[in-house]
This record gives sequence, structure tokens and C-alpha cells, in this order.
Amino acid sequence: MIMRELSLHILDIVQNSITADASIIKVVIDEDIKRDLFLIKIIDNGNGIAGDKLAQITDPFITSRTTRKVGLGLALFKEAAKQCEGDLRIKSALGEGTEVEVCFRYGHIDRAPLGDIQGTLISLISVNPDIDFIYQHKYQDKEFVFSTIEIKKELDGISINKSRILNWIEGYLDEGLEDLYGGD
Amino acid sequence: MKSLKELKELRETLQKEMSARDNTDKTKIIVGMGTCGIAAGARNILKAVLDEIEKRELDVTVTQTGCIGMCEKEPLLDVKLPGKERITYGNLEVEDIKKIIIEHVINGNMVEELAIARFEEGGE
Repeated sequence: MIMRELSLHILDIVQNSITADASIIKVVIDEDIKRDLFLIKIIDNGNGIAGDKLAQITDPFITSRTTRKVGLGLALFKEAAKQCEGDLRIKSALGEGTEVEVCFRYGHIDRAPLGDIQGTLISLISVNPDIDFIYQHKYQDKEFVFSTIEIKKELDGISINKSRILNWIEGYLDEGLEDLYGGD
Repeated sequence: MKSLKELKELRETLQKEMSARDNTDKTKIIVGMGTCGIAAGARNILKAVLDEIEKRELDVTVTQTGCIGMCEKEPLLDVKLPGKERITYGNLEVEDIKKIIIEHVINGNMVEELAIARFEEGGE
């Protein structure tokens, strides 16, 4: 397995959204233990993918060169999901943005852990200060939401990727996730 | 829980500092974030870069690039000092970052043993 954490796959798939000129990228995680389901969605408002390409997009041999902008990442993520009795689906149309939905059987022995999702978000924000990221994480009946749109409102023009701002966000995410998982 | 009030105070401090700083020609650090880079550990490399910048209070621009066709040498990182050629470092470990920051970014001397390529001005 190349990607040891689901959060690394997420970091990778979001790169496609960035390449597609998205200005808002939403990452949704739903850990639904009762239904034995781990769901990840990456939704962007980028350029979208034409119908004829969409069907082939998770095939590594077709996508590797001609549609270089997508590459191997989706194929790897889909493979990881299939190993866990899950799947990866893409909804998109030209000019309509793209939604990638991946599900895993929660308790499957081969399911990678989510891992350092804070690290993934900080990485994304630090090098893409002009893109807005919304992070919505459900765990059982609880929910944590983070949005750079809200943060930027408070920053009044100060760049979001200043060291001390990133440091604050990291702490905020740590606390939010701790709270989300807390009591379990 | 961290409060947005805290963030506002932080903003005010930064605003005061900003006006005192010359913002024109900054050093650039570019991290490879293609699938190959991420699989090879780019996230930890980027984190190490951000940590060093914070610790040493450096005024550096950090950006990302996709796959540049040197996948076997990932994780890759480029340093571009103002007016100097762009240097590519490869096969990096987190421990290498401190050295690159101190020797190259701060002191202006490229780290020979980690460098794998150099590009003339205008190469991006």
C-alpha cells in the first residue's frame, strides 16, 4: 500500500481540485460506525470533467499521460476502497465542479487509518492561501466543521498562511478533533 | 477551546509587523505535491519546512508543484533565492530540512550533497 493513511489520499485527490482551478474545496468525512461505514467526499467548484473522460478516469493505464492532470491518484484511492469492500465514485460535468465519493467498510482489517488529517489540511492551506477549504467531519452523532472562509473574515487581509496563523489553526483543529472523538 | 478573539489579537500583532517589512523579493521554497511526492512523504517535508520557518521567523514564500517527472527522486523541494538559480533537492528526509534552511535559505550556500538539479533564472 503506497498511501498509509486515508488523509494522504485526501491530500492527493484535493490536488486534482487545485489543478482544476477550484476556489472552494470541501472535504467531508463521515465515520458511521453503526452502519460500518467510513465515507469520504471531496467536493470542488473547479472546471469539472467531460463525460467521455469521466468513465475512464480511474483507469491508471488510460489516464497516465493523455489526461495527465488526473494521473494515478484516483486509481490508487479506488483500489484502496475496493480492498475494503468499498468503492470510489465521481460525479462531474464540465463547468459543474467535481465530487469524489469514497466509501470503506469501517471495520475492514485492510482499511487504513484516517491518520494526520490536521497535517493534510495545514499542508493544503499553507501553499494555497487563496483557495478556501471547508472541512466537515462527522463521528457517530457528533460533528466538527472548519472553514477557512470564517477564518479569513477575522484576518482582515492578513494572509492565512503566516506561520503564527497556521499554528493557531493547527491548534484549533487539534482541539476540534479531540472534542469530536472525546468520550469514546 | 481556541477562540476567534485570539485570532483577532494575532491579526493585530501581524498587521503591525507587516507594515515594517519589505515585501518585494522573497525567497521561495517549492514542494512537490504530486501523487508520487505525497506517497514518498511530501506532507512531512512540507511540515518540517513550515516548522523551521516558524521557529526561525523567516519571511519565505512556500508553494507547491505537481509531478515533474522525477518521481523516483521524491520527495523533492526547490529553493529559489532572489536573483539566484533555482536548486532542486531530492530523496529528502525530514532531517535534511533543517540543514537546507540554515545553509541555503539563511546563509545562501546550496547543500551540495542533497542537490540533484539547478535551473537558471526564469525556470518558473
